[in-house]
Amino acid sequence: MKPTNIKNPEYFHKVVDCQYACPAHTPVPEYIRLIAAQRYSDAYMINWYSNVFPGVLGRTCDRPCEPACRRVRVEEEPVAICRLKRVAADNKDDISDRLPTVPKKKNGKRIALIGAGPASLTVARDLAPLGYIIDIYDNQFAGGGMMRSQIPSFRLPLSVLDEEVNYILDMGINATFDVQVDSLKEVLEKDYDAVFVGTGAPRGKGLNLPGLEDARDHVFLGIDWLASVAFEHTDKIGKRVLVLGGGNTAMDCCRTSMRLGGEDVRVVVRSPFEDMKASPWEKKDAMAEGIPFYNNHVPKEFVIEDGRLKGMLFEKVEALYDDQGNRSLVPTGEDLVFMEADDVLMAIGQENAFPWVERDLGIEFDKWDMPVVDRTTFQSTNPKVFFGGDSAFGPENIITAVAHGHQAAISIDLLCQGKAVSQRPPPLTNLASQKMGVHEWSYDNAVAPDLRYPVPHAPLDKLLKDRKLEVELGFDVATGYKEAERCLNCDVQTVFEEIRCIECDACVDICPTDCITFTANGPEEELRTRLSAPSTNLSQDLYVSAELPTARVMVKDEDVCLHCGLCAERCPTGAWDMQKFLYNVSRATA
Amino acid sequence: MSYQIPKFRHPGLPVNELGYTKAAYEGSISTLCAGCGHDSISGAIVRACHELSLEPHKIAKLSGIGCSSKTPTYFLGKSHGFNSVHGRMPSVVTGAAMANRDLLYLGVSGDGDTASIGMGQFTHVIRRNLNMVYIVMNNGCYGLTKGQDSATADQGSAGKKGDVNPFSAIDLCSTALQMGATFVARSFSGDKEQLVPLIKAAMSHRGFALIDVISPCVTFNNTPASTKSYEFVREHAEATGTVDFVPMREEITTSSRPGAAYEVTMHDGSVLRLYEDAGDFNPLDRRSAMMAMMNHQHDGTILTGLIYLNKNSRDLHDVLQTSHRPLNQLEEGELCPGNKMLVNINASLR
Ligand SMILES: Cc1cc2nc3c(=O)[nH]c(=O)nc-3n(C[C@H](O)[C@H](O)[C@H](O)COP(=O)(O)OP(=O)(O)OC[C@H]3O[C@@H](n4cnc5c(N)ncnc54)[C@H](O)[C@@H]3O)c2cc1C
Ligand SMILES: Cc1ncc(C[n+]2csc(CCOP(=O)(O)OP(=O)(O)O)c2C)c(N)n1
Ligand code: SF4
Ligand code: SF4
Ligand code: SF4
Ligand SMILES: [Mg+2]
Repeated sequence: MKPTNIKNPEYFHKVVDCQYACPAHTPVPEYIRLIAAQRYSDAYMINWYSNVFPGVLGRTCDRPCEPACRRVRVEEEPVAICRLKRVAADNKDDISDRLPTVPKKKNGKRIALIGAGPASLTVARDLAPLGYIIDIYDNQFAGGGMMRSQIPSFRLPLSVLDEEVNYILDMGINATFDVQVDSLKEVLEKDYDAVFVGTGAPRGKGLNLPGLEDARDHVFLGIDWLASVAFEHTDKIGKRVLVLGGGNTAMDCCRTSMRLGGEDVRVVVRSPFEDMKASPWEKKDAMAEGIPFYNNHVPKEFVIEDGRLKGMLFEKVEALYDDQGNRSLVPTGEDLVFMEADDVLMAIGQENAFPWVERDLGIEFDKWDMPVVDRTTFQSTNPKVFFGGDSAFGPENIITAVAHGHQAAISIDLLCQGKAVSQRPPPLTNLASQKMGVHEWSYDNAVAPDLRYPVPHAPLDKLLKDRKLEVELGFDVATGYKEAERCLNCDVQTVFEEIRCIECDACVDICPTDCITFTANGPEEELRTRLSAPSTNLSQDLYVSAELPTARVMVKDEDVCLHCGLCAERCPTGAWDMQKFLYNVSRATA
Repeated sequence: MSYQIPKFRHPGLPVNELGYTKAAYEGSISTLCAGCGHDSISGAIVRACHELSLEPHKIAKLSGIGCSSKTPTYFLGKSHGFNSVHGRMPSVVTGAAMANRDLLYLGVSGDGDTASIGMGQFTHVIRRNLNMVYIVMNNGCYGLTKGQDSATADQGSAGKKGDVNPFSAIDLCSTALQMGATFVARSFSGDKEQLVPLIKAAMSHRGFALIDVISPCVTFNNTPASTKSYEFVREHAEATGTVDFVPMREEITTSSRPGAAYEVTMHDGSVLRLYEDAGDFNPLDRRSAMMAMMNHQHDGTILTGLIYLNKNSRDLHDVLQTSHRPLNQLEEGELCPGNKMLVNINASLR
């Protein structure tokens, strides 16, 4: 193998598993250390710059970082990265004086943002401090998009959402609410320098089953129903509720039903439990509220009696998988199952809809009727029109919408300066030694087994009486500290300088997880068979040195490194050092 | 601050026949200087014991005094241990081995502990061919007492203080051969590929097995003028041949490459193979081994690897025809022959 080029910022970036997995690449370990140091406002600001909605995300993020967390390679559960973010948000001081100042004198460029969800708000947040004039249009009465209309208050209190949405709207943004944009052409005719479409994936999918016509009054699309609950148009539901679907929307629908008078609320899903799309923690929380899941049940028809919805019939199926892992749901041949219902919520998916985008604006649409959007620049085939968030590639989540927003803001900034949008600015990085003394580092390098701490919940009886009462109470400061200490500081890199190495093997001998090997070089696949410990996680890189005096190379498998610093402590010549690698994704605000 | 080693281990660590990972053979975190060769030898011992699937409670590790003699704390944390007095480890092992022949005795010593204060004990334990592994962590100095030249320091070598050693050196391998040792090897702490199979072979040998391991003292004797520095040893080491050790339990035909110059079946059924690359030297012949030692001393190179192995070794228990059941397991009835027997003995002496 060629010696690893650690000057390439992507090498060490990848070692920080959580940050790498985060769509917005939030510097996770950096904020976790600040939480441990009780510097909550500092921790909050790191998040705020990177993911814009730390208080919201600390409660609702889909947390792609957690399955990636290094801790799962040595212990069952990852660091509670997401809930630690909330600790920062809950315990911060007033941070308004830390927000970027917005110039009074504008730069003359006008940008329209359609939709006021997290994607658009991120674009606004990044461009307003640069002097852009920002006009937002949204058909809801306030900003936040689906964070407001869909995510129930028992998961996300309005006060938290309002605070973080207002940090942005208060940057002198011209927001027009309660306005439906019916024509993109009209917007473009207002001579904006750029238009960002952040309208999400607002259309719920339904099932057209026999009997639907007569059942109409008692059958709702999940996302529409959740929005009408959020906007207080709906405040009750029947006693017997069937929720169709196994995703996060279904989980929010069933839990909301329990709070609006539902007594026998059931989630009925076609797929087996393991294949349900909902996040594991969402399923767990729903089950903890006593909601049963009926898996492997395919809805067949609405049963109507005397012109009224009586219930539904389901066919029982079995999931069979072929060699490629493709699933087919095969009926078991048993009798159809009848379930009584007063109301049915269909939560089987969402899709995009662009009836208001004229097809002669130079915006190409693909065969799925989705706009053709560049995955790096978020530019459509009309250079002035950008898409981001759920509107770009279909429904995702908040953090993805934020990540898109940041990148689209960079593109818009480049476009307005007359530069090529493809010329992306490099990330800002820094690498600094953490050595303080012979056995001392500026980070807590001790690593000990310590299982993930559960987040306490409010009592169930109270929760079911008040749909706005937040379920999770958040970590208290002491537990937050303990959970923060579980972090392995993956951003503190093991940096190897071959000219200092005397090949004494001290690092090899001390390394608790056998990461290091001195051996003859070879092609990667073969080299991996000769390392101190099995090297089977191919998603993790090998760090290879230049050739040493004995004609061997140092090979470090990044896979299970605990970043404990013992290699550097045991190295007599300082060939190993622990250096903190900061990686900040480039931003338009940078 | 790291005075503790994390408890986490690599989740994919291989387990041996007893179901243990390497971690079962580790000890406490070392307090030796960073980069001390002794730590690598500890690492090699851990690896050898794990790969041999030894039961930790069937091993006793004994040592004298010195940085080297401290190392038993840093490996085999679940084995028996005895940190004795300076230079006296051999007599303590002798006592222990006489009382319980069922344990594997691993003596760990330094060049000071062995070649100065313990020289008498060292030579006599060899003469008696006590069934033990004797590892010398040889750094040419008294590391623990701040690096004074030891008796194995080469004439002309200089450590950190810069004073050139005016005295001739004791070569422990040559001495052992003279004393009739039945297993003699030399290795280097920085070469585990060689050291681990040698330790395994020594552990399978019935009788006294010496491994003199050159083990640089980074703090006091790793200078450019020292002949026990990492750099000097790497430049001047010449191996007798590559050693392959095939434990008794393994399928002997599959795991080894062909073309062995020597193949020895050890007492426990394991096989030791030597792939020769050091001229017409025969490690099964004592004269050849002594010759090779002398030739290398003359050339200023360091001969490493297996130097001598006596296939017909008879250890102290064999020679003394001691009871096969360990002494410490014999009951009073077996140990005390009774009055009738005593009367007979007395009568025979009249
Ligand atoms: C029930 C449910 C629960 C969810 N829970 C989570 C969660 O816990 N965590 C998570 O990360 N994600 C969650 N999501 C997904 C998340 O809400 C979205 O991925 C995210 O909000 C997308 O952001 P966006 O900015 O692209 O669009 P949106 O948030 O959808 O915002 C788009 C905005 O544009 C408005 N709009 C649309 N068309 C027009 C138009 N023509 N004119 C004017 N305004 C228009 C919409 O009303 C809306 O306000 C959930 C989604 C649902 C449905
Ligand atoms: C009876 C006695 N005499 C002298 C000493 C002092 N002393 C302690 S360690 C040591 C030499 C150790 O040298 P070595 O065995 O080579 O060990 P190293 O520290 O080099 O590994 C000496 C002389 C002692 N502890 N006891
Ligand atoms: S251990 Fe810490 S730094 Fe490493 S992946 Fe997990 S949260 Fe991130
Ligand atoms: S920091 Fe060094 S010693 Fe610790 S696990 Fe990583 S490579 Fe091993
Ligand atoms: S003084 Fe020398 S022998 Fe002792 S621990 Fe330090 S390096 Fe090793
Ligand atoms: Mg010594």
